[in-house]
Amino acid sequence: MTATANFASRLESALGASQVIADPAACSEYAVDEIMPTAIAKPTSAEQAAEIVRFAALEKLALIPCGNRTKLGIGMPPSRYDIALDMTGLNQIAHYDPGDLTLSVDAGTNFNEFAVPLYNQNQFLPLSVPFYFESTIGGIIASGLDSSLRHSYGTARDFLIGAEFVDGTGQLCKSGGRVVKNVTGYDLHKLLIGSLGTLAVITRLNFRTFPAAPASRGFVASFPTSEDALAFRSLVEASPLRPSSVELVSPQLLQLFLETEKKPAESPATPLDGKFAVDFWHLCVSMEGASEVCDRASREFAQLASAPAAKNMQLAALGENEGADLWHYIGQAVPLLLESFPSAAIFKIALLPNRMSGLLAQLQAVADQASLAHATLARSCGVIYFALLPPADDANALGRLAQAASAIFALGAKENATATLPWCPTALKRRVNIWGPPRPDLALHRRLKSAFDPQNLFAPGRLTLSS
Amino acid sequence: MYSFLIRELEKLLGSSSVLARQEDLLLYEYDGSVEKGRPDVVVFPTSTAHVSSIVKLAAKHNVPIVGRGAGTGLSGGALARTGGVMIVFARMNRILAVDAENQRAVVQPGVVNFELTRAAEPYGLYFAPDPSSQKSCTIGGNVAENAGGPHTLAYGVTSNHVTALELVLPDGEIVRVGSAQGDAPGYDLTGLSVGSEGTLALATEITVKLSRKPEAVKTLLSIFDSVDDAAETVVDITARAITPSACEMLDGWTLRTVEDFVHAGFPRDSAAVLLLEVEGLNEAVAAQAAAITEVCNAHHAREVRVARDNAERELLWKGRKNAFGALGRIAPSNYVLDGVIPRTKLPQTLRHIQEIGTRYGFNIGNIFHAGDGNLHPIVLFDPRDKAQFERALQAAAEIIRYCVEVGGALTGEHGVGMEKSELMPLLFSDADFDLMRRVHDAFNPNSALNPGKIFPLSKGCGEIRLRP
Repeated sequence: MTATANFASRLESALGASQVIADPAACSEYAVDEIMPTAIAKPTSAEQAAEIVRFAALEKLALIPCGNRTKLGIGMPPSRYDIALDMTGLNQIAHYDPGDLTLSVDAGTNFNEFAVPLYNQNQFLPLSVPFYFESTIGGIIASGLDSSLRHSYGTARDFLIGAEFVDGTGQLCKSGGRVVKNVTGYDLHKLLIGSLGTLAVITRLNFRTFPAAPASRGFVASFPTSEDALAFRSLVEASPLRPSSVELVSPQLLQLFLETEKKPAESPATPLDGKFAVDFWHLCVSMEGASEVCDRASREFAQLASAPAAKNMQLAALGENEGADLWHYIGQAVPLLLESFPSAAIFKIALLPNRMSGLLAQLQAVADQASLAHATLARSCGVIYFALLPPADDANALGRLAQAASAIFALGAKENATATLPWCPTALKRRVNIWGPPRPDLALHRRLKSAFDPQNLFAPGRLTLSS
Repeated sequence: MYSFLIRELEKLLGSSSVLARQEDLLLYEYDGSVEKGRPDVVVFPTSTAHVSSIVKLAAKHNVPIVGRGAGTGLSGGALARTGGVMIVFARMNRILAVDAENQRAVVQPGVVNFELTRAAEPYGLYFAPDPSSQKSCTIGGNVAENAGGPHTLAYGVTSNHVTALELVLPDGEIVRVGSAQGDAPGYDLTGLSVGSEGTLALATEITVKLSRKPEAVKTLLSIFDSVDDAAETVVDITARAITPSACEMLDGWTLRTVEDFVHAGFPRDSAAVLLLEVEGLNEAVAAQAAAITEVCNAHHAREVRVARDNAERELLWKGRKNAFGALGRIAPSNYVLDGVIPRTKLPQTLRHIQEIGTRYGFNIGNIFHAGDGNLHPIVLFDPRDKAQFERALQAAAEIIRYCVEVGGALTGEHGVGMEKSELMPLLFSDADFDLMRRVHDAFNPNSALNPGKIFPLSKGCGEIRLRP
């Protein structure tokens, strides 16, 4: 303890007192899975971040890089945690070239800081992942979360074109560049996506940006069962339409959206309440493009409604502004669930789309057997967010959650799905590995981790796949 | 050393699957680039188990291995720079599954790119990456080089379409990375492997996304009397947020050469043409084509033609995709560069390339993916004239240096290979090489796989062990 207590003052003399905080109250704000760091370091440049890493390497200290700390709950509990590396001091837009549709931002830049200049040029970055409006870009990339717009724009790996970062030896490195097409050298920046800070400290990220569509339209097709809704999804996907997102919302999740809009702070311009059958499953489809394209979509949906697969359907068409709240709630389903159910366990399960229907039924059976409420958000591309929702005052919920988690991981393995548990109470992480069953590429993961971070300084233990 | 290994390889694969005579090996010492490197033995496995066994045998004999698809690569990626065993995937050419409902296919590495699109066609699907060599290049090669093509402007390069790989590591271990759906826990090993130029592992099975054919396609040929006007048009199309699925440019000298060979309908007296394509719903295509025509006219296009039917459309694309064949008619050899620049820098870069050509005494043609700033300047030369060859290489290096100076990169889709490894320090520092080497060593610790590629030989720190 004395050795660690001393390091804060040594770090202070290296960086300057204003950039190191060792006050326990402040440190508790940076706790990860109930484990507190001894000090917080706040670099204001990439060089300083590198200096801190070299200091940590010399003193054999573990550090976890962070931004606004909205997604630090993702991952296994750290095995060691000495320094919280707060990257919010690196917050400049380094380059924005609207004519080239490329953007380069420091890792600690808040989403809104660059979203506004992009918006002013009629461009955007399709990264409205959970918590995005209070997130830094570094945190968004390191967490590897997806958004509903992946349906048409892909995930970060499809438009992150370069990065600068500090490796575990304290060297400033880069990969990729600032051009939209580039195969020069290894695509190391792709490895940073979802790495939870375990490979490197991201200092800067380069993206291709996208032109905003001139118009948008929303369609909500509601069905009594998830099977019906997913059968209709196949029709939509086989149609000539190219929706920007196709998301399935379970009755319980819609209920949560409706409760959210009743809260005084929300005050919706066009309330969702009363628009949809509350105990139905809702396939929410958004279309973007020229107004002719949106009009065409309306006609296509009217036609699809007469298909046999749509016999129990209720269709609601949402105008330009009417849908905004619904898409926002869908995008922020995870934060909304965690706000109402702090002990929720939310799984991410990825599998081929035509297997979703069968798996959804089995997931619900697991939840019912464990007497746990549940809610589902499923993306058409084959990603299911399945939330188990124990009431806050249920002391016995943990055991049932653990049992259900094991059952869900086993189900995933049987169905050729990859299941992980990005959000759950720390106590549950002591009973299950949130990264799911063992994977065949575990050894490669370990070797890659040592290549980037030979001394295991970065977020040790957080991304430890089962062996 | 090799005679014993060759006997073992023949025992494993049968003698018809092993080539070791010099006259046979000669065929495998070149690819589409200007480089050469002859293997000591060439083998044709038919299964992953074969590949794993070959790799183990090579390791036992301490001999390097290089994978090769059709050998159409343009950077020397599939050449045996230091000899050794060349694994040619030509006989691992089965499409293992087409899952139309989920828009996935599982293929062996030797499947020819266009064959997959043909197999997917009955379902209204296709494989989006479409390099010019798509009728002969293999998907394994596309994965190694992260190949592009004209339509990557809208649909992305190979890595955007690969969701899972079966890999054989240099010790013979077989590992699966990624998932059929695409999302997998942990690091994006699929994303790292695609484009690693065969220096990390050999891909023996590839799961790809298939794309749905659009309802409508319109192909436009925009004709210009000045290269500058054509280049400014490209800049303006990007700036106005018009998103064609392809935006290709041919300059006057190149289009005349192509026209003489293919008769695609490019006007011989023009200074440049843009070949543009828009895809999507009928309504979207009509609006986009109108917007593009407006931009072309604003930049003094002499004429904007819309292909009337599929035949005319295919002819225009034939002109584009067979351009390199056409160039073969007028010079013994050509050197195709692959620099990338920010798209706004296109006009000034094209002017600079002309200056460099004049200075070195070459007529440098340009036929390239203008929409994403991926240049393909072509330097024609006679390789028998050593001095001229040297001058061609110098002119090329100067062009690439300029690309980097304006914020670009060495290669957009052809790979670094042998050809550009010595230029890598223009972009990367010693620290960058140091990390790349550690990542390399995590997969390929003894440089048994494809030695002498990507990393500059001149860099002591990034020493990729070259074998004798």
